[in-house]
Amino acid sequence: MKAIDTPPAGAALPEPTEPGATQVTKSAPPVTRKERKAEGATLNVFSHGILIIWAIMVVMPLLWAVMTSFKTDRAIFTSPWALPDKLHFENWSRAWTEAHMSDYFLNTILVVGGSLIGTLLFGSMAAYVLARFDFPGNRFIYFLFIGGMSFPIILALVPLFYVLQNMALLNTLHGLVLVYIAYSLPFTVFFLTAFFRTLPTSVAEAAFMDGASHTRTFFQVMLPMAKPGLISVGIFNFLGQWNQYLLPTVLNTEQDKKVLSQGLVQLAVSQGYKGDWSGLFAGLVMAMLPVLAAYIIFQRQVVAGLTAGAVK
Amino acid sequence: MQHGKYRFIVGFLAVPLAMYALFVIWPFIQSIYYSFTDWSGLSPEFRMVGFDNYSRMLDDEVFWKSLQHSLTFAVVLPLVTVGLALFFAFMLNVGGRRRRGAAVAGVRGSSFYKIVYFFPQVLSIAIVALLFQFAYNPNSGAINSVLKGVGLGSIQPDWLGDPNLALICVMVVLVWSTVGFFVVLFSAGMASIPKDFYEAALLDGANRFTTFFKITLPLLWDTVQSGWIYMGILALGAESFAVVQIMTVGPNGGGPDYSTIVMPLYVYQKAFRDGQAAYATTIGVALLVVTLLFAAVVMRLGRRERLEY
Repeated sequence: MKAIDTPPAGAALPEPTEPGATQVTKSAPPVTRKERKAEGATLNVFSHGILIIWAIMVVMPLLWAVMTSFKTDRAIFTSPWALPDKLHFENWSRAWTEAHMSDYFLNTILVVGGSLIGTLLFGSMAAYVLARFDFPGNRFIYFLFIGGMSFPIILALVPLFYVLQNMALLNTLHGLVLVYIAYSLPFTVFFLTAFFRTLPTSVAEAAFMDGASHTRTFFQVMLPMAKPGLISVGIFNFLGQWNQYLLPTVLNTEQDKKVLSQGLVQLAVSQGYKGDWSGLFAGLVMAMLPVLAAYIIFQRQVVAGLTAGAVK
Repeated sequence: MQHGKYRFIVGFLAVPLAMYALFVIWPFIQSIYYSFTDWSGLSPEFRMVGFDNYSRMLDDEVFWKSLQHSLTFAVVLPLVTVGLALFFAFMLNVGGRRRRGAAVAGVRGSSFYKIVYFFPQVLSIAIVALLFQFAYNPNSGAINSVLKGVGLGSIQPDWLGDPNLALICVMVVLVWSTVGFFVVLFSAGMASIPKDFYEAALLDGANRFTTFFKITLPLLWDTVQSGWIYMGILALGAESFAVVQIMTVGPNGGGPDYSTIVMPLYVYQKAFRDGQAAYATTIGVALLVVTLLFAAVVMRLGRRERLEY
């Protein structure tokens, strides 16, 4: 479970800073135990105060959205913070059927399912070769992949739109899958290359000695060994692709092909004309809850998977 | 392990590399090329125009506005987000009541706080933007009704409709949605700092304020720096596009009189609203330059900072 228990590499400690600590000795006289205890108590109250305030600021908008999704349109406008008079579940069913939330969900599941499998498969294949084999151009290809992490995607999107148009991939779900995979590769290759390097070489060599081909060694020996890394990078990509907004907004504009995030934005515009705010909030909460629920259940893995992304 | 090695390498690299080259690298190269043409994006014909697009850009008031806003994002957002996150993470890890034998202790329930703080990180930025668009609604939004509720009924700002406030409103949303991530990241780093360092400093009479600046921050510097760059790239790129496009008024966002326009959104508007693909790629190239410069500056400043310790 290496990827889960290790703090990010960025947190690696440099040498202890002794000079800083000794300098303090000269400036302040030693404090008695009692005084320090008092300081600790005040600080403790202060810390909790600040931390609770931010926790409330994070949770309130979300609770407000859940509450609003059960209210009538009238109640939303007259008393935004009042509890709903009763739970208006019809908002939810209206959002699910009439506002196409069911279609958006289905499209998102198809696109993310396809691209997640593709990203993990192709990402691990490329990463394995780059991590374990010496060949001319290895470094170049590696940095070509890594470079993609810091470039602004929007720059490539203008020509990409026409590349997809020429290949008849524009406004198709499989076109979106291919693009998601391509744009997920930089981080996936970066992360998995580092991961494959940490795995012992002896097992693969033994398998090869026993007559397994390189391909078989990869799929039957190396991939199972890389499972913790695949889970971390998989969670990272899953959330990134599920929440993706920029790519579909540009490349996938047909109404019945829309994915969740852009569908909701579209919904906000159209429900705005109709004045159906309660339906829109129901849609928003509907999109929010599965991800939040999954996060709470797989909390440790999600945090590990996402923070791994900041090491780049 | 030589047998069939090259065939294997080519076989494994071909598909991922081809996809990456076709959908990522090739469009990047093309867009730099297109920035020297007069291509509209609507018809296949275009001709080379040299640096015309670039000189036009330098005279374009809206471009300067978008550059100014994006630079503000890149400077202010990392500062506020990383600062707040460091503060919260420090509170979480050393703000606790001291237990027997321990120099410092985390507050009770620190894992609860971390779980809650991380919520916005798993939500789509589009959902967050929509949610806050309603919270900011001047007539019936959550924020103005709170103000009314606490007796500040006279203060009812127009938030996103007010050109002076809209940009700040947008930045608040980006801070709200990213702080938690950095709290968790820094917190993991702080937890790995040996407790003896704090022990020694506290015995020597240092207060927590001093320990933060003399021990925690220097030891965490690498993480802080990469977090800083990460946040800056985010603030220059797709996240700022989404919040501004969704939240602020006007066709495709951008606020009243372009008061919230940011570079990625301007690229999008020029290419897909105004049919000026070549000019859009020119602004995109400017954004690329800004992003690379930002990363270079942070690394440079970061290095100097670190030598002091």
